[in-house]
Amino acid sequence: MSTDHVETSASIVSVSRHEHDIDTSNYLKAGYTLKSWLLTVDHKRIALLYLFGVTFFFIIGGILAFLIRLELVTPKGDLVSSDTYNRLFTQHGIIMIFLFLVPAIPGVFGNFLIPLMIGARDLAFPRINLASWYMYMAGALLTVVSMAMGGVDTGWTFYTPYSTTFSNGAVVTAGLGIFIIGFSSVFTGLNFAVTIHKMRAPGMTWFRLPLFVWAHYATSLIMLLGTPVLAITILLVAVERIWKVGLFDPSLGGDPILFQHLFWFYSHPAVYIMILPAMGVMSELFSTFSKKPVFGYEFIAMSSLAIAIVGFFVWGHHMLVSGQSEFAGLIFSALSFLVAIPSAVKVFNWTATLYKGSISFSTPMIYAFGFIGLFAIGGLTGLFLACLGMDYHVHDTYFVVAHFHYVMVGATIMGFLGALHYWWPKMTGKMYPEGWGQLAAIVIFLGFNFTFFPQFLLGYLGMPRHYHEYVPEFQILHILSSAGAMILGIGYLMPFTYLAYSVFYGKKAPANPWGATGLEWRTPSPPPVHNFDSIPTVDSKPYDYRTIREELSHVARA
Amino acid sequence: MNHVMPDHVVPLRVYLLVFIALIILTAITVQVAYIDLGLLNTPIAIIIASIKASLVVLYFMHVRYSEKLILLVVFVSIFTLILLFGFALSDYLTRYWIMLPIR
Ligand SMILES: [Cu+2]
Repeated sequence: MSTDHVETSASIVSVSRHEHDIDTSNYLKAGYTLKSWLLTVDHKRIALLYLFGVTFFFIIGGILAFLIRLELVTPKGDLVSSDTYNRLFTQHGIIMIFLFLVPAIPGVFGNFLIPLMIGARDLAFPRINLASWYMYMAGALLTVVSMAMGGVDTGWTFYTPYSTTFSNGAVVTAGLGIFIIGFSSVFTGLNFAVTIHKMRAPGMTWFRLPLFVWAHYATSLIMLLGTPVLAITILLVAVERIWKVGLFDPSLGGDPILFQHLFWFYSHPAVYIMILPAMGVMSELFSTFSKKPVFGYEFIAMSSLAIAIVGFFVWGHHMLVSGQSEFAGLIFSALSFLVAIPSAVKVFNWTATLYKGSISFSTPMIYAFGFIGLFAIGGLTGLFLACLGMDYHVHDTYFVVAHFHYVMVGATIMGFLGALHYWWPKMTGKMYPEGWGQLAAIVIFLGFNFTFFPQFLLGYLGMPRHYHEYVPEFQILHILSSAGAMILGIGYLMPFTYLAYSVFYGKKAPANPWGATGLEWRTPSPPPVHNFDSIPTVDSKPYDYRTIREELSHVARA
Repeated sequence: MNHVMPDHVVPLRVYLLVFIALIILTAITVQVAYIDLGLLNTPIAIIIASIKASLVVLYFMHVRYSEKLILLVVFVSIFTLILLFGFALSDYLTRYWIMLPIR
């Protein structure tokens, strides 16, 4: 639909209601048929499609995690066979990483919010956006089909030559699924980058963008530059597996470490695809719930870009004990410490934002504090692992498992759930029950630490990852971890329940329930189909609470 | 300079010249393959291929006539490729610099 369609709201709305019998004043009411959802090109509806998709696959991945933790309660492998256990943790990893963590925040909140935040009517390529969801679903379903075909037992990293020569799992099917999901990721990145470059509202200069948008800009660059390498690498695995072309298998003349270079070239930056969007969410949350402009705006914006760039320099820290040269190990180890700088810039600036702010402990803010806690532990233990000497000790142990769960899962889940609660009123037009929200946030934070902190100890004491049998002295820590997983699981079920409840029975949400800045709060909740009745003009820095306070008092008086 | 030039018309002559250049370069590649230049074999092949790729990108893909942003995209992509090759080579070229007893 063209823009001239929507310049003057009231009259046009009534006209289109006459013409098409469609209510364009609320995107949720613009069509109720299945077709109106499955063929929509509205970025807000596509965001909800993504929400449906990532939630569904998160549940499947969660069930697999539950089975893993159940098996690990006892030192003997008595619930599943070794072979089944290999498949369990592989599918858990593949589903959680490629089907949940990577698309979750960009797919749902990036899609929903970027056009609203920059004052645009949609993303640059609405149809490519819809296609990205279909690619995601197709790839995801193929990955699940590979589970039904006997599963994959290589670990989510598909290390060669095991994956190309020895594994008897459905490697090619699962790989094809990930290959297709990769395209969805590229589409999303392309759409975001072009939209942020080209579709900003008048006056919305680069340094007036909300930091959420900056974080997504950095993310989209990684998606565009990294994902193709992963796609090709997986294709090469399939080529070697099917046609026995010697690429990675030494017995065919290949080099297994080449696979690791190619794989981690994407998969280390992929961690930032997961966590940068969460960091973007955090900047919004810390500002809104302490009612202060973000401290050091330019530094946070640039640190997102720095993380995206430096993220491509460090992949070899996954290969310190793999047989890559000691010299390369030295370089990668040293460069890995660089990532700590922009990460610390962010954490310190968020903390400084709180100084003398009027802080409220609403649900999203509890997730924001949780993010700081989990990210600090996960990030700092990453420095342990980047040390050449220390890595020899803890490589391939539960220390690594605990580290990456803290930094990828902990941080991203905190960002996802924080964002879900913060923008829930905007997306659905309904308020969630605050008390339940706060309780669930605390339960999830505690459950997460209960689950994964014991794993640091396990790893340090020498419990290797990927094993389902272990020596009895580790049992107490494993039981602690499994008990924590139960708490965590209950914590996850709570938002499912009360958010679904709030859709039907929740209080109606005002346009700006938090007194937040940002263009997305200046349009009704839920927004109209074309986002804004008239395209807004921006004339000040972001996070300017003085003007918002005046406007809100105007609304209150009127 | 106008920042969007979607219908910049390139004279046919330019396309033909580029095409001829590509054919000549291909012929050179083939001829060079018959001469053993020792260590230079690979670098020369890569240099000729890069020139050809640049011609295609600059003229056939219109990057030469596009706005700066497009140029930036091209350079960032090449930079990323250099990162991939460069860091991977930092492993392969230094495999036996330091001999540790654990090997
Ligand atoms: Cu890494």
